[in-house]
Amino acid sequence: MSVRATARLRAEPDGRGGTALPVLESAGPLALRRTRSPRAAYARVTVVGAMSAPLNGDRLAIEADIADGARLTVDSAAATVALPGARADGEPSTYTVELGVGEGAVLHWLPEQLVSARGSDLRMTTRVRLAPTGRLLLREEQILGRHGEPTGALTTRLTVHRAGRPLLDQQLAYGPGAPGGWDGPAVLGGHRAVGQLLLADPAFEDAPLPARLLGPTAALTPLAGPAVLVTAVAADARLLRGILDDAMRELLDGLKTEQTG
Amino acid sequence: MSRAALLVLADGRFPAGGHAHSGGAEPAVAEGRVRDADSLADFCRGRLHTAGLTAAALAAAAAHGLDPLALDEAADARTPSPALRTTARKLGRQMMRAARATWPSPELDALAAARPRGAHQPVVLGLTARSAGLGPVDAAHCVAYETVSGPATAVVRLLSLDPFHATAVLARLAPELDRVAEQAAEAARQGIDALPAASAPLLDITAEAHAAWPVRLFAS
Repeated sequence: MSVRATARLRAEPDGRGGTALPVLESAGPLALRRTRSPRAAYARVTVVGAMSAPLNGDRLAIEADIADGARLTVDSAAATVALPGARADGEPSTYTVELGVGEGAVLHWLPEQLVSARGSDLRMTTRVRLAPTGRLLLREEQILGRHGEPTGALTTRLTVHRAGRPLLDQQLAYGPGAPGGWDGPAVLGGHRAVGQLLLADPAFEDAPLPARLLGPTAALTPLAGPAVLVTAVAADARLLRGILDDAMRELLDGLKTEQTG
Repeated sequence: MSRAALLVLADGRFPAGGHAHSGGAEPAVAEGRVRDADSLADFCRGRLHTAGLTAAALAAAAAHGLDPLALDEAADARTPSPALRTTARKLGRQMMRAARATWPSPELDALAAARPRGAHQPVVLGLTARSAGLGPVDAAHCVAYETVSGPATAVVRLLSLDPFHATAVLARLAPELDRVAEQAAEAARQGIDALPAASAPLLDITAEAHAAWPVRLFAS
């Protein structure tokens, strides 16, 4: 039996300097929990996978609406593992994330890794609509296979519009059935962990960051709009996270200096 | 359509500056990821199905008559590396000069006026194809072929690879080139929202490294 489930959440300013969550709807394997936020202005939601998911054939979605002025961090309790499911002839699973970030709103979307297990077939789609003064920190990590295992089939698409115009559009396709050369010297070169960290902030409009290498297999690049993207490949999930964590710390500290100094 | 016009546009000697670029092959050779004909084929195949498909679809869309400025913006969003955006615009400007001398058209003039420092090369190429009376599949073929012929030619120089072997790599990729061109043109017919955005992390990362090399044989 395949699962169709859409979890929904909405964040709004609570009128007392914090953020309220008037909508917080779990669905199927996607349980949303309000968790304690280390920062007062931010609400925090943790996605708790109540079952292992997605299995081939599942259609999962999360819709999050961050209203004007709200501040929200979304993380997850564990990695998402795409699995083949019981039937060998199962359809691909889909996992769709739709995010809206309003004027002056802040969204930190920091889920754990997406792991493509052998035999799985997942199409992951993330679409973000950012208002001109909205801010976004978003991390995506694709891990190709559990430890010592060949990867499943994984396609991800990340599309971000800011003020109605395209800011970033990236599609990655790996594993059995992916177009040729995906593991070759132009695309992954044998690496099994791939990650993106996107920071969009209107502050970059006046002060864009220069492009910079973060080691031999990672780069921080300013996009054509007010945002930077860290692109990294690594041998495994732990090494990848190390690169992205260092970059995140540096980027957030840089913005803090920018705003206060 | 004129088949000869397609040959003129696709000719490596068309004066649009492409010969100075390795398409990411120079850093791949330096890091030992491309070292012979087999790894060159793997490199070309990966580039074709990622950056190649994305660029071919942009070109097909421009040839189909979609708004070139919207396509230029779509190209920016699909090119996170500033080094590659700069390269694409530089090549676009060179292609524009050649195109306006070869197949002048008001559409080319309008794009040149709107993007005086150059639009993304695949967009300019697509519009050039349109001015030459060619169709979306033709434009996609040109771009898809460039995506692999650039690295193949560069690797002949970088590795002293036998040019016969490099050309054999291209010949063996021909059926995949046809499929990518068809796929690109099909997406273009469905409109700008249907355009693919296939990308290659290593090409984006190494483009930035390569741009910082003090001495290099190729511009990109």
